[in-house]
Amino acid sequence: MVRFLRVGLRYPEGQGAWALSGLDFSLEPGSFTWLLGPSGAGKSSLLRLMHLSLRPTEGEVELLGARISRAPRAAFPPLRRRIGVVFQDYRLLPHLSVFENAALPLRIQGITEARLTADVREILRWVGLLDRADAPPMALSGGEQQRLALARAVVSRPALLVADEPTGNLDDAQARRVIALLREMHRLGTTVIVATHDEGLAVDYPAPMLRLERGQQVFHG
Amino acid sequence: MAEIPRVRRMQGRDPLGLRRALADRLLPALVGAMALLAALAIAGAHGAGNLSQRWEQGTSGQILLQLPRETSLSPILAQLADLPGILTAEPVPEERLRELLAPWLGEVPGLPLPRIVAITLRPDADQTPFLDLVQSLPGAQLEAQGAAVRQATRLAEGLRALSLAILGVIVLVAAALVAVATRAGISARRDTIMILHELGARDGDIAGRFARRLGMLCALGALGGLVLAVPALWALAIEALPVVLAREAMVGDLPWAQLALLPAAAALIGWLTALITLRAWLRRLP
Repeated sequence: MVRFLRVGLRYPEGQGAWALSGLDFSLEPGSFTWLLGPSGAGKSSLLRLMHLSLRPTEGEVELLGARISRAPRAAFPPLRRRIGVVFQDYRLLPHLSVFENAALPLRIQGITEARLTADVREILRWVGLLDRADAPPMALSGGEQQRLALARAVVSRPALLVADEPTGNLDDAQARRVIALLREMHRLGTTVIVATHDEGLAVDYPAPMLRLERGQQVFHG
Repeated sequence: MAEIPRVRRMQGRDPLGLRRALADRLLPALVGAMALLAALAIAGAHGAGNLSQRWEQGTSGQILLQLPRETSLSPILAQLADLPGILTAEPVPEERLRELLAPWLGEVPGLPLPRIVAITLRPDADQTPFLDLVQSLPGAQLEAQGAAVRQATRLAEGLRALSLAILGVIVLVAAALVAVATRAGISARRDTIMILHELGARDGDIAGRFARRLGMLCALGALGGLVLAVPALWALAIEALPVVLAREAMVGDLPWAQLALLPAAAALIGWLTALITLRAWLRRLP
């Protein structure tokens, strides 16, 4: 599913300091993994490699059966469609409604309006936002925006779900709700990796962990 | 199934929010101005081309043969009729000659006038037999016409080339305008483009949306410019043709086909420029 082989990453464009180095691990299909580490440890960089925002400077990343280092650029869009991403800052589109934000991945895949509507309504019901479908995202609370970001990430039933500090801006109750939804996706068979600097979450919801410090992997298991 | 709300359908067709992000008034207005200038350049090139062609035909075809007054024209006309390159050979009546001279000389009934034969040569004909015949006729002279007309023809051709050059500049300026508008659109929707890119949108999908929107705005602008240009060109034709061609303007005097293609050409320029600009920008992304 996901395999990192002696992966290193330098900013900018492979010439600056090493943001990541010596990463060597794999995530099994259908697994749930916590990505832990303090701020600046390289968690976001690692996740950017996983959702194809970056290519590694050295080593090899295998994602969903594709080798990323040498894959042609044209091979990325189909792979990206199989990866759901939840960002800490939500990255919702303010000019689109809640419904249209959630529908974006399906529209990109060219799904027809009729099929799309049923899927989006179902996913909005799942995250508890169906009654806000026509609202602009800026009218939602932080927790609701994060649930909408999650809905957008999973509406196309991705094989891999990547979440970067999804609870970072939420209060405890909202954070628990988002984590519960992520675990629900895992229960449904999706491979999930969640980055957080909050060790308490990993204690409350035990699962395999990958720990980073200063760009290096210090524990996986 | 419940009906999909209209706003939702519109947003679905425009996930990049380009209706708001791209200048939907300024760009069409500027393209409209460009289209107006382009229409003037097209009409100028068309008119100059026609004028040049007409003068050129006149120069190559018409010759005046001047003969002494006492020459008998009948045998000469018969000889001319037998030559292969002669289309027509007609004597100009003396009354007509006096009419033509009257503005300069006044009425001079006793003035002896030469005999004039107006000859039309086929443009591609070998003129050697004709020139041999003229040399054999005592006192015959060919009117050295054409020098002034040829100069005028060159001038018309120059004007036509200038009009086409102006048209080329207009196309380049229009493309530059679209490129600037596209870059402004990219700046306004950078985050949105990045998100669509990361969700798996292909470069062609994103660039195509920009290109279609900008192509449509350019077409609308050009249509507006054309609506303004046509009455102006018609008014110009009404004023200019009686002076230049000594006749009234006719509907067929304007290059309608080329003018009608202006909105489509503007749409193509807008579409292509936006597509190239967007694709170049997107190639920087992983």
